[in-house]
Amino acid sequence: MARIKSPSDLVKLRRKILGKRDPNKPCITICSGTGCQAYASEKVVAAFVDEIKRQGLEKEVDIRRTGCHGFCEKGPLTVIYPEEICYLQVEPKDVPEIVSQTVVENKIIDRLIYTDPLTNERIIHESEIPFYKNQSRLIFGNNRRIDPRSIEDYIALGGYSAVAKALFEMTPEQIIETVKRSGLRGRGGAGFPTGLKWEFCRNAPGDSKYVIINCDEGDPGAYMDRSLFEGNPHSVLEGALIGAYAIGAREGYIYVRQEYPIAVENVAIAIEQAKNYGLLGADILGSGFDFDIYMHRGGGAFVSGEETALIAALEGRVGEPRQRPPYPATSGLWDKPTNINNVETWANVPFIINNGAEWYSALGTEKSKGTKIFSLVGKVNNTGLIEVPMGITLREIVYNIGGGIRGGKKFKAVQTGGPSGGCIPESLIDLPIDFEKLTEVGSMMGSGGMIVMDEDTCMVDVARYFLSFLSEESCGKCTPCREGLKHMLAVLNRIIEGNGREGDIELLEELSEVIADASLCALGGTAPNPVLTTLKYFRDEYEAHIKERRCPAKSCKPLVTYYIQPDKCQACLICLRNCPVDAIYGDKGLVHWIDQEKCIKCGICLDVCPPRFNAVVKLSGEPVPAPVPEKKVMRKKVGR
Amino acid sequence: MTEVDEIVARYRGDESALIQILLDIQREYYWLPKEALLELSERLEVPLNRIYHIATFYKAFSLTPRGRHQVMVCMGTACYIRGAPQLLDKVEEILKLKPGETSSDMRFTLTTVNCLGCCALGPVVVVDGEYHGRLAPAKVGQFLEACD
Repeated sequence: MARIKSPSDLVKLRRKILGKRDPNKPCITICSGTGCQAYASEKVVAAFVDEIKRQGLEKEVDIRRTGCHGFCEKGPLTVIYPEEICYLQVEPKDVPEIVSQTVVENKIIDRLIYTDPLTNERIIHESEIPFYKNQSRLIFGNNRRIDPRSIEDYIALGGYSAVAKALFEMTPEQIIETVKRSGLRGRGGAGFPTGLKWEFCRNAPGDSKYVIINCDEGDPGAYMDRSLFEGNPHSVLEGALIGAYAIGAREGYIYVRQEYPIAVENVAIAIEQAKNYGLLGADILGSGFDFDIYMHRGGGAFVSGEETALIAALEGRVGEPRQRPPYPATSGLWDKPTNINNVETWANVPFIINNGAEWYSALGTEKSKGTKIFSLVGKVNNTGLIEVPMGITLREIVYNIGGGIRGGKKFKAVQTGGPSGGCIPESLIDLPIDFEKLTEVGSMMGSGGMIVMDEDTCMVDVARYFLSFLSEESCGKCTPCREGLKHMLAVLNRIIEGNGREGDIELLEELSEVIADASLCALGGTAPNPVLTTLKYFRDEYEAHIKERRCPAKSCKPLVTYYIQPDKCQACLICLRNCPVDAIYGDKGLVHWIDQEKCIKCGICLDVCPPRFNAVVKLSGEPVPAPVPEKKVMRKKVGR
Repeated sequence: MTEVDEIVARYRGDESALIQILLDIQREYYWLPKEALLELSERLEVPLNRIYHIATFYKAFSLTPRGRHQVMVCMGTACYIRGAPQLLDKVEEILKLKPGETSSDMRFTLTTVNCLGCCALGPVVVVDGEYHGRLAPAKVGQFLEACD
């Protein structure tokens, strides 16, 4: 491939690529994001390659492995162009039929298309599925159109045109001014205005400066940065190139978790391709601007996503945070001015440069502009990655896009902002989501994890989960965080074990205040949030645990007992045989009962009891009725 | 150890690449043997305590050998609220191991992970790189017994 030496070369190359492509030629695209790969999408790809060969269609049909489409619930996803026919949960055995029926004869295979569970409507086109229809897929939308390992695919969609515009039609100051006016704020958690951050770094004294792409996505339940980086790596690189030019940096670093092997691979390929085309390296597009970028894999530590910790890791030291100021904008990597932005933030930049600040700031709310990618997970029907304009309500997200709660259960809360965030209760479901509103209710945007919880989720246990996560991930450098979290965790553990004491809630509040005020970095500073928000909105659950030894969600093991209702038990022996500790007694024709002394509360009896009997129940805070040994089953014909 | 030499050469002996070098050694041996770390300390002229500081700080590193089969239970938030704790209990019971431990016959190593980012499949257990999703505790035994 020849180097692109000028903006007009880039335009020529795009025309050449498009000229070779026939938009009406059938193309089978298969989602190859990490989620779909976990569903063995690679086997589906291999089956398509074989089948196309077997039917001698290699010249007539293209196959493309794309980035993550987001609808992980229904993977592996296959979309067939030009009609955009979307097939869900495709398995290798479906492939011959798809090729002969749909690709060759243009017939729809009914069992593979989406059926709306509410209306029973059958939906053929991907973009018409409610999960997608109710989104605004600006940043994430190109993932499904391109092969992340093909720079040509990205260029065909207008890729790198924003760099050309920035380098040849704008001064660095104009770029910064545009980003400032767009209202873009950092997508990594804190929501700091991006343009302002760039300006600080540009104005900092010093000749060598650095930009960093932060892909140390450590929040459990959040994976939008990974999917964006592995699905459309060039869009992130293009954003960083523009930022580097604006700031005056000639070198950049990418920090990516080693737990994201596909992202590591795709980004390495993207860097190589961009170098070969002259889009990275010396004299980019003939502008005289030089920029190189290097990749660094992280070893797996939540605190390393904090910017000073991340810089320490890049220098080969342990990824522990340090006191700020000085801020990285004046003294960062190798003590030089450094600008760090998160993957999603960088990916927004080319859109702003191409379409202008006004276009961008028309999206969103007064102080939070643009769109945000969330990972919608937990007890929701449509798990996946969604991109929505700022200001959308939680209700729209959970019900219109997420399709409501799994198994018809009752919605309880949404946890946002990762371990440092908080839980938002049902009473606030009409809250418009933006940086300010989330902070007002005690939570935060964070990187965009959204974990939906239902009536079976215990909020005290959720708080304990995050505290145990943070206490393990605390680097131990400062005492309030290291020791304080340990104590909070101990209090929460005893509440869950049924040993809570009068005054424990107040003790948690007091500890929270000290830890939030006195910790060195944001990990400790925000660590009490999960406890504080659950105390604010679900205080009754804490009180039930402490005062009544009762878990309202019947989820905390030490406070729950399993009981077989004698009038419902059909003496089918299933639970009795599956009990791992032989704690269930009874016989054919004799009602089963659980020996509470032997029971380890694993819940397997409840899982295996046939739903039509529904005999096993969980009890909490009430005495277990005494067993009725040797009681004969009065057999009824069930369901007839 | 020629592998260590090769890895160090890959990064031109640059000490700022220390974490990258350790990740590569970990990938080569599935753990960080003491001899490799001693040699690394000499080659890079980096104090051994700094290497151990890093090796004990990050989750990716192991200072003990790993078993033939890697069993990883995801404890991310989405998996957690969908029953990962019960699943982990069951795996611990079958393998008679706690997270981080390796069986004495070197058959299994059990670990937990904070999130694999395939939350739609939760709760997830990964056995030797193969994902098993939406798994009820009663069903996990079959995948473990299949490992020799």
